[in-house]
Amino acid sequence: MTPRLRAEGITLGYDHTPIIDGLDLEVIPGAITVIVGANASGKSTLLKGLSRLIKPDAGQVTLDGRNIAALPGKKVATVVGLLPQQPVAPDGITVADLVGRGRYPHQGWFRQWSSTGDEIVAAAMVATNTHELAARRLEDLSGGQRQRVWIAMALAQDPEILLLDEPTTFLDVTHQIEVLDLLLERNREHGTTVVMVLHDLNLAARYADHLVVMRAGKIVATGAPADTLTAEIVRCAFDLEARIVPDPVCGAPMVVPIGRFHGRAADTDPAPVDPAPSTRSRVQQQV
Amino acid sequence: MTLPQKADAALRAVPPRAVPLLAHARAQRGRRSRSVVLVLLAALVVVAAFSLAVGAYSLSVPDLLRTLTGQGTQSENFIVLSLRLPRLTLAVLVGVAFALSGAVFQTVLRNPLASPDIIGVTGGASAAAVFGMLILGFGSVATSLAAFAGAIIVACAIYLLAWRGGVVGYRFVLIGVGVAFMVQGLLGYLLSRADLNDAQGALLWLVGSVSGARWQDIAVVALVLLVLLPVIRLLSGPLRALQLGDDLASSLGVGAERTRLLLLVIAVALAATATAAVGPLAFVAFVAAPIARRVLGTGGLALIPAALIGALITAVADFTAQHLLPGQLELPAGIITGAIGAPYLLWLLATSNKTGKGA
Repeated sequence: MTPRLRAEGITLGYDHTPIIDGLDLEVIPGAITVIVGANASGKSTLLKGLSRLIKPDAGQVTLDGRNIAALPGKKVATVVGLLPQQPVAPDGITVADLVGRGRYPHQGWFRQWSSTGDEIVAAAMVATNTHELAARRLEDLSGGQRQRVWIAMALAQDPEILLLDEPTTFLDVTHQIEVLDLLLERNREHGTTVVMVLHDLNLAARYADHLVVMRAGKIVATGAPADTLTAEIVRCAFDLEARIVPDPVCGAPMVVPIGRFHGRAADTDPAPVDPAPSTRSRVQQQV
Repeated sequence: MTLPQKADAALRAVPPRAVPLLAHARAQRGRRSRSVVLVLLAALVVVAAFSLAVGAYSLSVPDLLRTLTGQGTQSENFIVLSLRLPRLTLAVLVGVAFALSGAVFQTVLRNPLASPDIIGVTGGASAAAVFGMLILGFGSVATSLAAFAGAIIVACAIYLLAWRGGVVGYRFVLIGVGVAFMVQGLLGYLLSRADLNDAQGALLWLVGSVSGARWQDIAVVALVLLVLLPVIRLLSGPLRALQLGDDLASSLGVGAERTRLLLLVIAVALAATATAAVGPLAFVAFVAAPIARRVLGTGGLALIPAALIGALITAVADFTAQHLLPGQLELPAGIITGAIGAPYLLWLLATSNKTGKGA
């Protein structure tokens, strides 16, 4: 399949200070693409550029070959949806109301709802297991529930390409897995293209079909996680010495950082610094 | 991956009660909003009846109805139709205009402090009006025009100063508060230099009052509302999207910056029109929408309840100012709205520390 959404030599930034400079990216249809990179490497900025939240200073983002900035906003919104990192909601809004607002791009000036719209909203709520919460207020929910509601809203928008900025931040590990499984399920069952920024490299490697590794506004590696997540690339992108082992659950590459205190001399791939045993035990006790 | 069949399967897997659940939730919201609107309307009718019937010359309810249907005595006609009705009508209309202006400001800037009376828009109108009255010797029509122009100029200045590749609510509010202080300074200067008699007149205007309402003022406010209310109704969809923040609004296909500018222009026009007609009635724009949202409690825009609450506040304030204070002292309505609004401002500042909340 030819990519629908692509970035062509885009330069993105705030106040004319480029954060991303001349970047090319093709979003692979039907796949889960995960963007990883150190803080301030331009991951979120790239996502905002792809969803036309920031206008490129140079280059363009195209949807089916046409410049996304020139297309009508509502029309783009039926194809590309973005869930920002920290969305805000008005006080007192109920789950059903919030999820329903995802239908906005499909609504006319006067018709606020339709039975098909209701079915799509209901399906989104069932898929995210939020239908039992329909009458609850958003502010009364736990962090994990709230994130599922936001994802339900993004699903109600029913975009073919769903962009998510760190959907698992602020969640404990159980809810992280829950959210990622949910997105994987959506991808596999509906063919929704998913592009998301994740901080956890191991979860990124596990859930990504396609990994994009960024550093300082540039893509340093891209491809299947097994080919992309090598010790050398982790060192290059994160300035981190790490060993890569297969994830015992699914075989995806797993990044095991070494750090200053934990390398063992007997290992085949020794850490650069191995402190005295006494230091190490003290550190371990602290941990 | 055989996607289409699976997608159908997922749709069919929706529990049968999930869709009715949504319809039910929507019906519930609708009922709540309808009953709030009905109660407010009823309250407004009661207040209106009191305003028309009670005074130095009081009428019974049947007398009032008779007069309103055009069958009153000459003196009743004069008191109710020529003195009290214009005053009540103007109070209700400017209440609606101020309330909607505040509601739109607070929603698009997502900040409860972002209302035209706090950020200096009505202050700009005041300064321009007082400048016209004291320095240029304007009459009432020219003063109204000056007030309108002043509000527009100040709003443009705030917008341009707050612009940095886009407008963020809190920066807009901070700059607005700064501008409001400058405008106050200018007002103080103008008043201190003026002749005592002129300054007295200007001060009365500055407090805001609906006494001496003329039908031509009413017609102007009504016309502006007639044009702008449908526009606000058309923009309520994008406005609801903007409640979710710029990023999400853009993702839903709303051009956040453009929509915000358009809505701000409408809100400034409403505030400017109302201020030009009655002076800066303090705090009506500021409190109406938050009260409406609290009463409604559904996270909706609450524009209609806000408009009705604005109308109620101004009508009650004017009635109170006329009759409920000891002695024969009649106060301008602005004193009463200020007395209601100022404690609310203090309460808001004391309790709200959460960013991005409240609007």
